[in-house]
Amino acid sequence: MGLLSELIKGLRVTGGTMLRTISGKELVTTEYPKEMRGKPQRFHGRHVLNRYPDGMEKCIGCELCAGACPAKCIYVRGMDNDPAHPTSPGERYGYVYEINMLRCIFCGLCVEACPTEAITMTSLFEFSTTNRQDAIYTRDTLLMDERGNVPHMFPDDELADMDELNTADGWLRATAPAGVAAYEGIQMWQSTPGPADWAPEPTQEARDRRSTEDEPDG
Amino acid sequence: MSWPEFWIVVLRVVLTFGLLLVATIINVWAERKILADMQSRIGPNRAGPYGILQTVADGLKLFFKEAVTPRKVELGMYILAPFLAVIPAFLIFMMVPWGKPFMIGDHEVALQGADLNVGLLFILAMSSLAVYAVVLAGWSSGSKYPLLGGVRATAQAISYEAAMGLAMVSVVLFSATQGDGGTLSLAEIVERQSGTWGDLIPALEPVLRFIPRWNVIPQIVAFVIFFVAIVAETNRAPFDLVEAEQEIVGGFHTEYSGMRFAMFFLAEYVNIFSMSAIAATLFLGGWNGPTFDQALPGFVSALLPTVYFLLKTYVVVFLFFWIRATLPRLRYDQLMQLGWKRLIPGALGWLVLSTFVIAFRQFGAPWS
Repeated sequence: MGLLSELIKGLRVTGGTMLRTISGKELVTTEYPKEMRGKPQRFHGRHVLNRYPDGMEKCIGCELCAGACPAKCIYVRGMDNDPAHPTSPGERYGYVYEINMLRCIFCGLCVEACPTEAITMTSLFEFSTTNRQDAIYTRDTLLMDERGNVPHMFPDDELADMDELNTADGWLRATAPAGVAAYEGIQMWQSTPGPADWAPEPTQEARDRRSTEDEPDG
Repeated sequence: MSWPEFWIVVLRVVLTFGLLLVATIINVWAERKILADMQSRIGPNRAGPYGILQTVADGLKLFFKEAVTPRKVELGMYILAPFLAVIPAFLIFMMVPWGKPFMIGDHEVALQGADLNVGLLFILAMSSLAVYAVVLAGWSSGSKYPLLGGVRATAQAISYEAAMGLAMVSVVLFSATQGDGGTLSLAEIVERQSGTWGDLIPALEPVLRFIPRWNVIPQIVAFVIFFVAIVAETNRAPFDLVEAEQEIVGGFHTEYSGMRFAMFFLAEYVNIFSMSAIAATLFLGGWNGPTFDQALPGFVSALLPTVYFLLKTYVVVFLFFWIRATLPRLRYDQLMQLGWKRLIPGALGWLVLSTFVIAFRQFGAPWS
């Protein structure tokens, strides 16, 4: 009778699983295009070129991102700003900016290399295309407009979530850019693409006060 | 045979055939859905609501696919084998009464393909014949895996056919005591299971009148043996050594594709349904059940027996699926051990025991 009791034990496992699945307690499947799972905060998605709150482009065309890229998928050419109508606050601006998304490995090294936080990553990952040309993102597609809205390659697609493009890279949020622990949580770079809606950066005086308070030795 | 009788026969066969096909289509879908639930998955959900049209979609796909014929096959047998699988599968169900007979004018329409007076023997014959399809498919494919599958099928079918037959014999013997002499007609066996046990044993009437007079209650051991045997007969897990994907690719149907493969597939699911229907007929009282003739409108109480029959059959079909989701495949020697060392002695012992009890009840103790 050992055989029979083992059989019943096994049947209880599968039968119980069935009941729990039907009642929805054990069902783990997410029916992907219908329901989306939340993404981790530091998700590495498609890139975006940022602007300052006053509308100036952040990119200064220094090509450090292209140099840092291990997949060699970024191509940048800088151009001198027109002194009367500058595109960026610096001397030059990114006049050609291309990322080949088929080569990109989404490591985020370009974001780390950028001295002005001009390039950041969003959490968008649904950008499959049916031809290779569409996978090469140019300046027109990468750069946000003055309102902070990022162009979507396929705005009519049912998966296109425009809000997703406006979510900033978590790396910027979680780290004090200055690298000093005392500055953690203080907004020093604009971490969200688009016009800012937070309090202005603290003045140098306030910063000094804060650092001496936190570090009595210094 | 007059014309009305002829048309009634046609109607019976067409209705039975249609019921079997619809049930099979639902079975394939239900199995995938139930297995999915038992494995915390969703299962087919694209074609139609809850994926119920999945079988239709699969069937259409298989119908339009090329039926590849490998170079080394024995062509005649290779083409014949799928038909040999399908035809007995359908013929078995033709014996099963799936509803209460009703009247059109002054002609009685029995909801049953054909009521043979040797129905059970016919079923045994057909289920033995179905094995030929597997063996011939395995041999004629001219390839080693199908051959292995076919050889396994012969041994398996012989060992479990015996247990199934012996379990049936005890039911027939018992059923002979329930009416006027022995019978092999399924309609008659169902008829003898109507009512409750309260009618038979008046002393315990208040309790027993709620227990239906099904053969499963006195013949529970025969039912268990019969169920194991039909799982093995239909080559279902855990006895699916004939197909055994992990060991011998697809077994006997490795070299089949397109519509020819679909026919083997169809035969398997038709067999599940008709074997379950036979289990329900022999042991669970067939279409018997309370019909509430006075309380309900006429056509509802005429339909209820069919509903009871389908419910009972699907309980057995569900057991098939449940066991498939639970048990791993038996090894070949374990299969033989279970068949020859447990089931056949068990069935024989049960047969002897129930014969003694029946004889004792009928003739009294031999020493008196």
